[in-house]
Amino acid sequence: MTLDAAVDVTVGTFHLDVRVAVGDGELVAVLGPNGAGKTTFLRALAGLVAIDGGRIVLGDQVLDDPAAGVFVAPERRPVGVVFQDHLLFPHLSALDNVAFGLRRQGRSRRAARAAAGEWLGRVGLAAEADRRPAQLSGGQAQRVALARALATDPAVLLLDEPLAALDVHTRTAVRRDLRRHLDGFGGMRLLVTHDPIDALTLAHRLVIVEGGRVVQEGTPEEITERPRTEYAAELVGTNLYRGTAEGELVRTEGGAVIVAPAAMTAPGPVYAVISPAAVAIHRHEPEGSPRNTWPGRVAHIERLTTKARVRVDGPIAIVADVTAAAVNALDLREGAEVWTAVKASEVGVYPV
Amino acid sequence: MRAGTTRPPAPVVAVAALAVALFAIPLAGLVWKAPWDSAWSQLSSADARAALRLSLVTSLAATALAVVLGIPLAWVQARFDYPGRRVVRALTTLPMVLPPVVGGIALLLALGRRGLVGQYLDRVGVQLPFHLPGAVLAEAFVAMPFFVLTVEAALRTVDSRLEDAARTLGAGRASVFWHVTLPLVRPSLVAGAVLCWARALGEFGATITFAGNLSGHTQTLPLFVYVKLEGANPDAAIVLSLVLLAMSLVVLVSLRDRWLRAL
Repeated sequence: MTLDAAVDVTVGTFHLDVRVAVGDGELVAVLGPNGAGKTTFLRALAGLVAIDGGRIVLGDQVLDDPAAGVFVAPERRPVGVVFQDHLLFPHLSALDNVAFGLRRQGRSRRAARAAAGEWLGRVGLAAEADRRPAQLSGGQAQRVALARALATDPAVLLLDEPLAALDVHTRTAVRRDLRRHLDGFGGMRLLVTHDPIDALTLAHRLVIVEGGRVVQEGTPEEITERPRTEYAAELVGTNLYRGTAEGELVRTEGGAVIVAPAAMTAPGPVYAVISPAAVAIHRHEPEGSPRNTWPGRVAHIERLTTKARVRVDGPIAIVADVTAAAVNALDLREGAEVWTAVKASEVGVYPV
Repeated sequence: MRAGTTRPPAPVVAVAALAVALFAIPLAGLVWKAPWDSAWSQLSSADARAALRLSLVTSLAATALAVVLGIPLAWVQARFDYPGRRVVRALTTLPMVLPPVVGGIALLLALGRRGLVGQYLDRVGVQLPFHLPGAVLAEAFVAMPFFVLTVEAALRTVDSRLEDAARTLGAGRASVFWHVTLPLVRPSLVAGAVLCWARALGEFGATITFAGNLSGHTQTLPLFVYVKLEGANPDAAIVLSLVLLAMSLVVLVSLRDRWLRAL
């Protein structure tokens, strides 16, 4: 079974026009900045928003097709949703939250509760069955929400910013958990998030949405290697330049020149991509092998534990990942005059 | 300046104390004048018991009517923006500020035997004025706004995303309302119903105007108290006033979380 969702919807002054397909057993992440229309897209799939144009088809069932006058109500769609903030029913215990959908499917109270108990056991919360949502931690609430969505055996599972409601400390552990549970569900999964780490670690394929439009889609590797917008490049943490390939050179729109033998293969308008790990920083103009050297000024230093991400402004604005030791050895600080260097063979070039 | 760190000025305290006295002294008078020796015999007299029973029946029936009609009204008012919504709001809140006797006259002119609607009711044998259903209607007319406003306010605070979540779990609109929306506003449903019942129990003006004062049929407790005070047996009036006072205290205590804490 596959899901093919062409969603054209206007909310206020915001226009969303996005098409996403999810293959059998695939996990797709829709990634975009806040306000890109991700949640609206997800609500349209769930039937909580009717689309103005386009068509949503699941397997051989049309869920929403305004041109044909077809609209399947949310309660009749085989779609499970894990909402941002989890949205557990505060007046019901964890067990009854999970049993809710089964009861609505017409199962007896006893059968629904038995099945719900099994689901809670599967997500490791058998002991918390009688707790109210207010008594659960963020990670526990998320697992209840996941069990609740999966208990009705949906064909598609939708997740809206599943980790956004959690604090930074628990997020990593919950993400690992979530990944395990998502792997355990064989159906189609569609995740919307603004967090590239969630998308890159959880999804088979990414769809990047900006301003209500799809700007790029591909596997995490494809997008990391060949981002097509500044936002995409920023998400995967790499340097992206748009320019024109002339022989061995790429002349950027900013007027800088990048030496890149790869440019030979793609004359005309191109993107040049440089991984931050491939950028070296020097105090003085380097001599010898690197063929790309640019003077610049340190604009920002973000120290991580053993690494530091340094942004350098100059004829070309570039981000470099260097070791924390290098930051100290070079005495790097904001405003310092430096040189950046990149080997020509490290520059990836591909047509626009 | 923190509250409690300075004393309030003496003249203000004096006026405030006067205000407290305004509430306290009449109650003290009621309790002081109460004929405790004959209280039980007053309560167990046939006409007092009839009035008490009638009051309970009509006020509970009026509350039930308010709940059945009021929930849909509150829901529509809380969730939908339609032309005329404010007019409907004004109309359904009016009885809270309208003198009850005016409400009674209005009911009489609308539903009396020659009234706007009453003439047709009369033809099919339905008689409201001076009958028990009339007393119920008069009480509901005056008391229902208390229920509707309380529930409407609660419905506005329900997170509609919880209702969305319920729909994705297979609940239709009616099922969402029954299994999610109503349970979420249950405390306000109870508070609104208690408030409405208390108002119905004390209803005087609209009831006597529309339903009359027929002992055993439409003479509710407040009417009985008034008649006895004016007539031969003021002691009965005092004892039954104490009964009404006790009921009011029960209401106040049952709603203490709502009224006595935050305010």
